[in-house]
Amino acid sequence: MIASKGDRLMKNVIEIQHLSKSFGTHEVLKDIDFSVNKGEVVCVIGSSGSGKSTLLRCINLLERPSGGQIVYQGENILDNNHNINNYRTKLGMVFQSFNLFNNLNVLTNCIVGQTKVLKRSKSDAENVAMKYLKVVGLDRYINAKPHQLSGGQKQRVAIARALSMEPDVLLFDEPTSALDPEMVGEVLKVMKELAGTGLTMLIVTHEMEFAREVSDRVVFMDKGVIVEEGSPEQIFNHPQNERTKAFLKRTFKQ
Amino acid sequence: MSIDWIISIATENWEMFLRGAWMTLLIATLGTVFGAIIGLLIGIINTIPKPERGLKRIVLKLINIILGIYVGFFRGTPMIVQAMVVFYGAAQAFGVDMDRTFAAIFIVAINTGAYMAEIVRGGIISVDKGQFEAAQAIGMNHWQTMIHVVLPQVLRNILPATGNQFVMNIKDTSVLNVIGVTELYFQTKSVSGNNFRYFESFFVACILYLIMTFVVTKILHYFEKRLDGPQNYQMIDDLEQVEGKKA
Repeated sequence: MIASKGDRLMKNVIEIQHLSKSFGTHEVLKDIDFSVNKGEVVCVIGSSGSGKSTLLRCINLLERPSGGQIVYQGENILDNNHNINNYRTKLGMVFQSFNLFNNLNVLTNCIVGQTKVLKRSKSDAENVAMKYLKVVGLDRYINAKPHQLSGGQKQRVAIARALSMEPDVLLFDEPTSALDPEMVGEVLKVMKELAGTGLTMLIVTHEMEFAREVSDRVVFMDKGVIVEEGSPEQIFNHPQNERTKAFLKRTFKQ
Repeated sequence: MSIDWIISIATENWEMFLRGAWMTLLIATLGTVFGAIIGLLIGIINTIPKPERGLKRIVLKLINIILGIYVGFFRGTPMIVQAMVVFYGAAQAFGVDMDRTFAAIFIVAINTGAYMAEIVRGGIISVDKGQFEAAQAIGMNHWQTMIHVVLPQVLRNILPATGNQFVMNIKDTSVLNVIGVTELYFQTKSVSGNNFRYFESFFVACILYLIMTFVVTKILHYFEKRLDGPQNYQMIDDLEQVEGKKA
């Protein structure tokens, strides 16, 4: 079944089939079919509790899906004998609450995964880290500890840390939701620049203007299912589904 | 006059007092170090993820139960009783005549280990869940996560409680005089047994205990500050300027 999709596999970075997730009796994701293509920027929108963060966390297995398949490079990641840690290095994750390693300074935050997991040499890792810290504009702050940085700076370091692993896809879990309003801009600016470089990105966000601007494709989720997906133009200007219309009306009224 | 007596007792018996203080410090220090290692190991063993089923799960569960009994027993009984049970028990049951100093360090270590296990558990719980998730998300396995991310934070978190344990050990080694270890209390008892000046002799011991706990507390505070690093960080172009000036 997987092999028959050979043509699309070339394009797909990750393909999700019939994915479901329950916490006890509460079904958070119901039969999700979804894929991310190479070089694509996909934004997932929807109200709180719609399951969009859970979807993202299921993709890198921070939550174990209850059923379905996650296909990466033609292999189902949920097979019991699959090397999860190796798979995770191919996915960068940027968290809502940054989660920088508190015991390490900025540079070491971006190095530790490279040397310990990817087994790169220290000097290679340092070069890679510096390259991406320049991208996010924090190469002057390499000696700072996380608690000495502002929220926006922390999130940009977190992006550099994820990039330093040189993953196939970068996952963003509401990256600006924990930030003060004046710091949202600096993080979105970095993300826009990254989107322009052809990086594959999957972004869960509440920033509608941003989603409209950078997305190749927008996915609207509600109550654990993907209700509608399409180009930003389709979703924001000509939504077909009633639930999408209602959500956008609520969001843009504010 | 008491003060004259105190001075004369201290000057005449300074060698015994110092030897006692040295023994107290040795037992407390080694006991705390080994105890901290025991506690850390137990704390780490408790974090090993248990598989859903299989032999590994049973073994881990069994180990956890045994460790639970150990912690419960040594936290739930007085050290003075443990000392008697271990020292005389070993002699009676196995015919082993333990070296008294070794026995003292052993007792303080396993006693401290039981407390430290709980302190370490608390230290691990207090590390934010996001730290574990971020480490997993970049592909670290359990041990890499523990060694590079979690444990350094745990060690910092538990340092104040460990220092507290160390200070308590310095004082509590006095109960080990019951197995005849020549620590400070034991030596003071000998001194006062000769001169019958109990208040003055123990006043000297009191001052010595106070000096030891005070110095240890200060040293630990210094370590805490060192671990936290400087309050400020240097921007890279500042560093370049500094180096430029040197050149």
